[in-house]
Amino acid sequence: MESLAALTERALNEVVATDDLAQLDEVRVRWLGKKGLLTEQLKALGNLPAAERPAAGQLINVAKARVQEVLDQRLASLQAALLERQLAQGRVDVTLGGRGEQAGGLHPVTRARLRIERLFADIGFTVAQGPEIEDDFHNFTALNVPADHPARAMHDTFYVDPAHAGQGALLRTHTSPVQIRALRAGKPPLAVIAPGRVYRVDSDATHTPMFHQVEGLLVDTDVSFAQLKSVLHGFMEAFFERDLAMRLRPSYFPFTEPSAEVDISCVECGGKGCRLCKQTGWIEVLGCGMVHPQVLASCDVDPERYTGYAFGMGIDRLAMLRYGVNDLRLFFENDLRFLRQFRGG
Amino acid sequence: MKIPLSWLREWVDIDLPTRELASRLTLAGFEVEGCAPAAPPFNGVVVAHLLDAKPHPQADKLRLCQVDAGGAAPLQIVCGAPNARAGLKVALAQVGATLPGDLTIQSAALRGVESQGMLCSARELGLLMSSEGIIELPADAPVGADLRQYLDLDDAILEVSIYPNRGDAMSVQGLAREVSALLRQPARQPGWAAVTVGSLQRHPLSVLAPAAAPRVLTRVVQGIDNTRSTPQWLQERLRRAGLRPISPAVDITNYVMLELGQPLHAYDLAHLQGGLQVRFAQAGEQLELLDGRRITLAADELVIADDSGAIGLAGIMGGLGTAISPQATTVLFESACFTPAAIAGRARRHGLQTDASQRFERGVDPQGQRRAIDRASQLLVQICGGIAGPIVEAATADIDAPRPSLVLRRKQLARLVGTDLPDAAVRAALVSLQMQVEDLAEGWRVTPPSWRFDISIEADLIEEAVRVIGFDQVPEQPARLPQRFRSRPEAQIDERVLLDVLTARGYQEAINYAFCDPVLQQRLLPAQTAVRLLNPIAADLGVMRLSLWPGLLKSALDNQRRQQDRVRLCELGTVFTPGEQGVTETRQVAGVVLGTRLPEQWGTPAQAADFHDLKADAEAIFGLSNRLQDFVFETEALSCLHPGRAARVSRDGQPVGWLGELHPELVHELGFTSAPLLFEFHQQRATEQPLARMAAISRFPQVRRDLSVTLPVATPLSQLRDRVMFLSGPLLRELRIFDVYQGQGIETGRKSVAFGLIFQDNNKTLADDDADRIVALVAADLRSSLDAQLRE
Repeated sequence: MESLAALTERALNEVVATDDLAQLDEVRVRWLGKKGLLTEQLKALGNLPAAERPAAGQLINVAKARVQEVLDQRLASLQAALLERQLAQGRVDVTLGGRGEQAGGLHPVTRARLRIERLFADIGFTVAQGPEIEDDFHNFTALNVPADHPARAMHDTFYVDPAHAGQGALLRTHTSPVQIRALRAGKPPLAVIAPGRVYRVDSDATHTPMFHQVEGLLVDTDVSFAQLKSVLHGFMEAFFERDLAMRLRPSYFPFTEPSAEVDISCVECGGKGCRLCKQTGWIEVLGCGMVHPQVLASCDVDPERYTGYAFGMGIDRLAMLRYGVNDLRLFFENDLRFLRQFRGG
Repeated sequence: MKIPLSWLREWVDIDLPTRELASRLTLAGFEVEGCAPAAPPFNGVVVAHLLDAKPHPQADKLRLCQVDAGGAAPLQIVCGAPNARAGLKVALAQVGATLPGDLTIQSAALRGVESQGMLCSARELGLLMSSEGIIELPADAPVGADLRQYLDLDDAILEVSIYPNRGDAMSVQGLAREVSALLRQPARQPGWAAVTVGSLQRHPLSVLAPAAAPRVLTRVVQGIDNTRSTPQWLQERLRRAGLRPISPAVDITNYVMLELGQPLHAYDLAHLQGGLQVRFAQAGEQLELLDGRRITLAADELVIADDSGAIGLAGIMGGLGTAISPQATTVLFESACFTPAAIAGRARRHGLQTDASQRFERGVDPQGQRRAIDRASQLLVQICGGIAGPIVEAATADIDAPRPSLVLRRKQLARLVGTDLPDAAVRAALVSLQMQVEDLAEGWRVTPPSWRFDISIEADLIEEAVRVIGFDQVPEQPARLPQRFRSRPEAQIDERVLLDVLTARGYQEAINYAFCDPVLQQRLLPAQTAVRLLNPIAADLGVMRLSLWPGLLKSALDNQRRQQDRVRLCELGTVFTPGEQGVTETRQVAGVVLGTRLPEQWGTPAQAADFHDLKADAEAIFGLSNRLQDFVFETEALSCLHPGRAARVSRDGQPVGWLGELHPELVHELGFTSAPLLFEFHQQRATEQPLARMAAISRFPQVRRDLSVTLPVATPLSQLRDRVMFLSGPLLRELRIFDVYQGQGIETGRKSVAFGLIFQDNNKTLADDDADRIVALVAADLRSSLDAQLRE
């Protein structure tokens, strides 16, 4: 009969020779299972004299423990190897693109508009809206621009078939009519901005027949020109995220008095002079002024008690300056190659 | 308006560099848009005397000229100009001269004859865009003098933009007043000798519309020689101001208008029939204008007339019949004050914009007519000879009444401006503008001069004071905004959120014009009428959009043309629907999809996007409402969509919009290479969210049962869904359709549908029996109600 040592040696050899977990399990059953060869040895103890049994039994148990230990080691190493193989097979190329849709993006004009809205909302302005088909009263008369006023020549107006929209119906030429609507709808104090599409009969390299403006209006007791300067300067620096010089030039709008055009130092060259600012160092960005007493009065706001400022700026123009767009018309061609450049955010 | 600096200097001393002056004017509200020199750069051109001009032996059209340019010997110059004649003073570009256009003059042989320079035309020196022949200089021009210096061609021409409320500044005199106020230099009044009245000839004048023409002056000047040429200095000033010389009498009226801001008209008295009348036109009256056009007049148009009818559109343009010709010998000057209300808008009506109409529309100084007619008569007699008659004047009684004064309150000034301006500075600013200022305890009483009719309220005075003091003198002061909560309806979904949903699903936001092509729109939506523009910028932008689709389809096509094979564009915008109560403006959200379901990629097979891809986008939008189950999709025909692949969407019985595939006919017609998918929804109805209220969550396990049935192909699954939900009752938590199949193994005309039913009770653990009972009921009912056959 084979000695215990030889049996043990054979068992260990078989364990070490296994290649996978199934083989290892077979070996385990063969040697250590209920009917395993080493287990059988224990059963054979009964044949020994009683005095020898404990010593022999211990030897068998030691041998079993030894085989079990090597088997456990083998198990661990085979499992590790298996995992290793699985991991090696499961590798992906991380440089390949993700599966599924790619996000689109906002139109740059919308981006600029939302940014403007947010900046003004931060300091307490609310957003107001008005119709795009306006009547003569809101677009002109209530803004102190009577019929045949030369200022009307400044706005080449689109007129709308009166059969549909009533006599004198037009596409609003500016967002200023929203001033009138806001003043008539609410009581001061009033702080609104009104972004929207506006229309003028004009189409060339620097004009499109539709463009975007945002109107601002603040009416309260003791609103001053000095405050207007401050809010505009603050806005420009916030919008462009940089220090900017600003200057106001006297201007004329029938619905403000005094009126001003606002220039900021050129955002391209910082004021040194370049093509964008035509070497002047300044860029015109908006028109503004103190609300004309006549306009307040026509909206039943007492001009002795209240004063106000108003401003209007071109969103498209600000978007061009902010994003370096050199042709206004690109905004309305909806060329994906252009639009995609402003994705995200 | 263009004004030569040299002319301005006659009226006010300017001790500033031109750039500095331009900047001061700009910051005072007179934007200087340019200050180019009177001529483009050139050098080496001198005044020369043409001593002799003989025909060129080899060429018919050339002449051989002997020219004295101040050198030791005359120069020989070959010249092709027909007016090159002996005795003339000319502009000679010497050898080595550089002319505009980088032309360098060299000694050259022309048809075998040496030419030692070139005699220049006005065009060659960049003085005029076109000209005939060489420049003819005055006889007293000093030979050898540098032409630039002699003609003062380095004179800066200020191009000043004048706002519509400042008609008073549309002249040398007017701008000089501003410069005077800004620089605190006294304004001068260049004097001229008043013309001697040498005849008694008056022409009858009757003003029948005195409210529209509160002052009209006329004067006859007889015996003039209008064939003489206008003097060089006057021509040159007109040229620098942007006008072309015509004949002395006409040039003089233009000159006086530029100088004083008062438009004048000169009539050839020989062609007048009877007295001059100023009246409103009779409706339908005809007038042939100076430019040869015949116009029909309306009753609110002011005309100058004689016995034959209208002879001029007052303040805008004269008539052809009475125009001054070079042969005219007797001139009738008219110098009038027409009110802006009588002139404004009339010129535009006839497609006109004249120097006169621009000034009258803005208003002229009601006291400036006499000086203007005096100045014109003086110049005419000086240049063309002749004898002036007396001035005939028709004026309203109150025209010379003093302007009403205004009170400027110190407190109001400080309140509106937001800073305290020194009294002395305010006073000085107003006085510098020639206002009469009287001190009051509360501020000042101010009377503006006659020409400042734009000043009528206190705010106008505030603007003037601050403008002259300088807007930069007002310090910025942070604003205090009222602290108040505003209404923010939670039901309204922010447009930014909607845009984020769309952009996350691959859409790129587009912005189209709100007007579109009427033909395309009509083709897409033949049942609807669009709001028409009366003056569209182009025929294909002629109507307001009824839908965002015409714009989006055009954008999709443009992108297809630019080789973009996958297009996903969305737009948020207003559409305009005419109705009984006028036009309704509605905010819509729309999109167009072209190409594959996903961007071309390695891990997913390329498949064309289809209706249900689009529907997922629609459901993502509707999901913002948190009430997706309220949206009903129905197969409905819209002529521009594929009849089998289009759905009308409604919510609580209200129409929300449409989605579907473009009709194959239109796909072909418009030139799409694959069928675009489209959606458009009423923005508010698609997203509005009722306030969410919590419902109890069950703590008990859920039970799922799956059923598989076949149905007639035409049965919409919404019917199955509705029926199953109705039959299942409140224990049904969810119904998931997980398979729809049609084809092999299924009877023709039927489709197989598999769905899972998930049951749950809030109060107890559901027994299998409970679920099985409901499923048995459903199965039995569907058999009869929907002709369903249970599978397996």
